[in-house]
Amino acid sequence: MANSQTSAAGLPAMDPKYVPLPLVAPGHTLDSVTQKISHMTMEKETPRAWWLSFLIAGAMASGLGVAILGLLFVGIGLWGPNVPVGWGMDIINFVWWIGIGHAGTLISAILLLFKQKWRNSINRFAEAMTLCAVLCALQYPLFHTGRPWLAFYWLLPYPNTMGLWPNFRSPLIWDVFAVSTYGIVSLIFWYVGMIPDLGTLRDRSKNKFFKVIYGMLSMGWRNSARHWSNYEKAYLLLAGLSTPLVLSVHTVVSFDFAVSINPGWHATIFPPYFVAGAVFAGFAMVLNLAVPLRWLYRLEDLITIRHLENMGKVMLATGLIVAYGYFMELFMAWYSGNFFEQFMMKNRITGPYGWSYALLILCNVIVPSTLWWKKARTSPIWLFIVSLFVGVGMWLERFVIIVTSLYRNFMPSTWGYYKATQFDWMFFIGTGGLFLSLMLLFVRFLPAIPMSEVKMILPGAEGRVRR
Amino acid sequence: MSGHHGYTISRLIHDLKAAVAWAQAPAPQGVYGLMAEFANADDVVTAARQVRQAGYSKVDGYSPYPMESLIHELDQHHSWVPTIVLGGGVTGFLAGYGLQYWSSVIEYPMNIGGRPFHAWVSFIPPAFETTVLFASFGAVLGMLAVNGFPRPYHPVFNVEEFTKGASNDKFYLVIEATDPKFDAHKTADFLQTLRPTFVKEVAA
Repeated sequence: MANSQTSAAGLPAMDPKYVPLPLVAPGHTLDSVTQKISHMTMEKETPRAWWLSFLIAGAMASGLGVAILGLLFVGIGLWGPNVPVGWGMDIINFVWWIGIGHAGTLISAILLLFKQKWRNSINRFAEAMTLCAVLCALQYPLFHTGRPWLAFYWLLPYPNTMGLWPNFRSPLIWDVFAVSTYGIVSLIFWYVGMIPDLGTLRDRSKNKFFKVIYGMLSMGWRNSARHWSNYEKAYLLLAGLSTPLVLSVHTVVSFDFAVSINPGWHATIFPPYFVAGAVFAGFAMVLNLAVPLRWLYRLEDLITIRHLENMGKVMLATGLIVAYGYFMELFMAWYSGNFFEQFMMKNRITGPYGWSYALLILCNVIVPSTLWWKKARTSPIWLFIVSLFVGVGMWLERFVIIVTSLYRNFMPSTWGYYKATQFDWMFFIGTGGLFLSLMLLFVRFLPAIPMSEVKMILPGAEGRVRR
Repeated sequence: MSGHHGYTISRLIHDLKAAVAWAQAPAPQGVYGLMAEFANADDVVTAARQVRQAGYSKVDGYSPYPMESLIHELDQHHSWVPTIVLGGGVTGFLAGYGLQYWSSVIEYPMNIGGRPFHAWVSFIPPAFETTVLFASFGAVLGMLAVNGFPRPYHPVFNVEEFTKGASNDKFYLVIEATDPKFDAHKTADFLQTLRPTFVKEVAA
């Protein structure tokens, strides 16, 4: 908006190359924004591509059902972990999913505090992604207990017949608090952000059934300025609360490792390194969802190239932090002078699992380096491909950290090897199906792009009369 | 207003009497207020300023997205939400820390590796999480409560155009019938001078 005025004010005109593109393509009005976004929901017929995707995702998700049933009947012997690798796919996938969720909170909370207006058209589905990812992540700690209905007395502090309480001096119980708080706060943040848009869908619904449902969900929202005032305060405070919360979640997850004295885990760099990795993987997932969504629903004028490029930049920056983490792990192993630490690192790179480390560097360091070029950052297809690499790379990172730190530990007599079973894979693919199914349902029934927040960044939204 | 000379007991009694009088007053005769619709942000903000300058106090604006300028003109910046959030956060911290202290020190002290029962460093992460959790509940429930939600019925929805426009692309000002300056004819005439697309009576 301001750029056209800079030259009018007598300042030298900016080279058009450096003028940022508008966040909403020119020509949009308040009404056209409402139309475009509401048409993605039940107002229009379900696109065929949606049904096809839902069919595939549903089939994958049913695999999760089978995997869970098998686990409950037989026990966790169906999974790969065993001495010496007691933590396998279950915690790898848990950390991976939780990490993916972080980008949603970063976009909705941290970018709001930094007044980054480009968040306004991508925050809603990024938050939905957070919720779905947390839900998938929760399956692992829940079912790795084998019989979850017996696990609550040491997971949650409640007065039980055994008179037992959790041990609050253990990072694993911090995890329970951090992840459940994160899930709940993400849910209410997402819901509060959606109340005004639910009001819009209520007002537009021709179908009585949906009108009632949207009406109940919007709680009688009527767009009053007094309500907006309270709403904006609540929303800002939720953003302020979510910001330290999201940083705390992966920090606590990293404590699960860093507080132990295992070579490869006992490192002070873990908390920031985990948080950066989480944001890295999360932005990759946002791009993996945004690029097809944008193409399928023709959202190029709301999710512009500028949005995609900015996400590419965040990925590049967090990728560099992660690469620094890899370098520091190498450096600290050497600098510590600790035999076991040095052996672990040498074995991690050149041992039987060396391929995983090489792939990790390829996926997380080499491929994302292409994002230094503007051409790569502004190509949706390339961003999509890089994001797939990063998704795989971040999964490999957790695999490398967990498995290669455990399978050849202090005593050669305890050495072993870890191999995931078919049930491990079924569970993982199943959570992928659950994630995609929930995301597809979300896009179909709820406003995937926040209408009121996109309207806020249209030119002239505040009116000319100020203060 | 009362803030200028300090709040005295006689002032409080006066306010309480006024509140009782308000509660006993008969319901307005079938009219909630007068609604003016505006086509754009400029017009509603200008109109809001003029309505306030004309001395109306029971006024609310309606816009499809949060408008800082409209909130400013209507002087609606004050909100109890931050106070409620603070209360939630303090409660959450005390509850979280208290639960850990009580269960690990009083109810079931357990010696694990000779660590102190009252391991306050270890108690910080869960206490932090409960602080954030309760403060967030404060933000959401506080906002809903202060706004009077859930609210199944509100008179403004009696105006047909409002149900289409307020959540889409139109802006509204409503002067309530309980406003001391409210007069069905004069107020309507006044609103007509503010470049509205229409002025309508809102049935209660």
